[in-house]
Amino acid sequence: MAVSVDEAVSAGPGRDHTPPTRRRSGRGRAVLEVALLTVLAVVMLFPVLWMIETSIKENRDVYAIPAKFFDFKVTLDHFKDVFAGSGGGRSALSVSFLNSVVVAGVSTALATVLGVPAAWAYSRFSVKAKKDQLFFILSTRFMPPVVVVIPIFLMYRQLGLIDNKLGLILIYTAFNVPFTIWMMKGFVDEVPAEYEDAAMLDGYTRLQAFWKFTLPLLLPGIAATAVFALIFSWNEFVFAIFLTSSDSVRTAPPAIAGLIGGTTVDWGLVAAASVVFALPVLVFAYLVRKHLVAGVTLGAVRR
Amino acid sequence: MGTVAVHGLRKSFGKVQALDGVTLDVPDGSFFVVLGPSGAGKTTTLRAIAGLEKLDAGSVHLDGRDATGDTPAARDLAMVFQSYALYPRRTAYENIASPLRARRCSSSEIAAAVEQMSSLLHIERLLQRRPAQMSGGEMQRVALARALVRRPRAFLMDEPLTNLDLKLRVEMRTELTRIHRSLGGTFVYVTNDQVEALSMADQVAVLKEGKVQQVGTPTEVYERPANQWVAGFVGSPSISLLACHAEGDRLVGAEGWTLPRPRWTTAEDRRPLLLGLRAEDLSVERRGDASLPGELYGLEPLGDRTVVDVQVGTEMLKVKARPTFTATPGERLHVTVDLDRAHLFDAGTGLALSETGR
Repeated sequence: MAVSVDEAVSAGPGRDHTPPTRRRSGRGRAVLEVALLTVLAVVMLFPVLWMIETSIKENRDVYAIPAKFFDFKVTLDHFKDVFAGSGGGRSALSVSFLNSVVVAGVSTALATVLGVPAAWAYSRFSVKAKKDQLFFILSTRFMPPVVVVIPIFLMYRQLGLIDNKLGLILIYTAFNVPFTIWMMKGFVDEVPAEYEDAAMLDGYTRLQAFWKFTLPLLLPGIAATAVFALIFSWNEFVFAIFLTSSDSVRTAPPAIAGLIGGTTVDWGLVAAASVVFALPVLVFAYLVRKHLVAGVTLGAVRR
Repeated sequence: MGTVAVHGLRKSFGKVQALDGVTLDVPDGSFFVVLGPSGAGKTTTLRAIAGLEKLDAGSVHLDGRDATGDTPAARDLAMVFQSYALYPRRTAYENIASPLRARRCSSSEIAAAVEQMSSLLHIERLLQRRPAQMSGGEMQRVALARALVRRPRAFLMDEPLTNLDLKLRVEMRTELTRIHRSLGGTFVYVTNDQVEALSMADQVAVLKEGKVQQVGTPTEVYERPANQWVAGFVGSPSISLLACHAEGDRLVGAEGWTLPRPRWTTAEDRRPLLLGLRAEDLSVERRGDASLPGELYGLEPLGDRTVVDVQVGTEMLKVKARPTFTATPGERLHVTVDLDRAHLFDAGTGLALSETGR
């Protein structure tokens, strides 16, 4: 959004040779644009702002009418409650955060380990009905989770994977592998196959050629892909709420949702938990930006 | 040691038949050039020898042993790619050392070999640079050094000079010949540049649409083209072809001209023929009785010579003349023909007529 504001502002000086009257109207337009964009930004960002505010307000101020925007007492008690249980020790929420880290981390690692070599193979070798296979792989992502969650639930019950972290890891991996293959295939296509040909003539095997020469060039792409997979696993809600029930297995999204719905809702705790939950995603998003740039410029490597 | 032999190579990419029964025999220690236009299957042939291409049919023999199913590493070959394929994250030193590292040489051996190669190719000052910090000519030399650093069975080169500018290309031509002479070894060299082929090769194989048209020394290919296509592809300016037929002791052109029938041809009367005449075997000066009437179409002054385009009826003759030659377009002139050096092809099959009498 900052970019569009900059563009709107800098549009004025850019048109030096336009007549003064036109120029004044152009400046008026720029001001209008900035104003509209500011309104849009406030509307879009208000819930986030409100969440952060609520997380550091005392309960008294949370329920105050009229709502207090600025003159409230800052407290970090809610954040303490997110991590520490009422009777001492860890809270159920902190366990769910740990579960989220494990489930998202392991499923992303698995998807990367399986997807990257697959993408390499689809990029480098002539595979029978390659396009059909790739389409089939993509098609597993067509169905929304809600549609498949019932059959998955029934299968998992037979296999004893209900209320089991492994169950979540497997289903998230299954969802992330197609994505990894598709995204990584693009990155592999960008790396000339001749590096591997040259390495094989140097005396390396095909796998060594991939490992030593192509893989290092793919690292920015792998990072970008893994971050996307991580964000999917981290944010996933539908499977998590259907397939897990106990506090020791639950991931953060259903755990946070579970805070709402009792007779009284501790909005301060909900807001604090949401802030803690959103932070890693924001960090990841920042990383995506960095690595995506690196990934895009990969094609600019001089051949 | 290093003979390369391929037999009946066939390879198709979808509907395109890239190789259609290619058979070649590369003798030990020779500079063997595979020449052809783009799309002729030259690179595919080279990649088949290297083991980078899965063949539909055919076999590859290295040093007399069947290597058709071998991995590229097991074939013990070195290759220079048209794009050079230098590893982008590695310095020139590491690029050149790569084949030795893959074969687990000691670091002192590697250092010695890289040093020797870099002095042979004058690239000592590039060793710590990465490919992105080099010019095209420098990358080309590093790629060459990477191939030459080992003593493999044979060196494969896929149009290594194509991406260089003209001056550098001429320089590297001489350099490569010098390297071949000083290192020995078998070179299989692919190019679409007939000047490279004629100037560097011990033997040339001319390829067209996946089929070998002719194999021979550069002189043989130039002086005795096996067919009309080879005659047209090899030589610059390209050979002029005139439709004609034999009639008694005369050769009668479709455009009405007549020439004495070359002594060596045994073609029967009235068989449709093509008379092939190279620019240097024609002259705009009047000498002898074998000449063709035409009118000047245009001049291409090339510095050391002038190529004169002469229109004979509807057909065009390219004639080599002294650089001082001048005339105005439309001027009528006679082109003297050196019939002893002319070529005759069957107009139907394009094959050269037997020249046993020559």
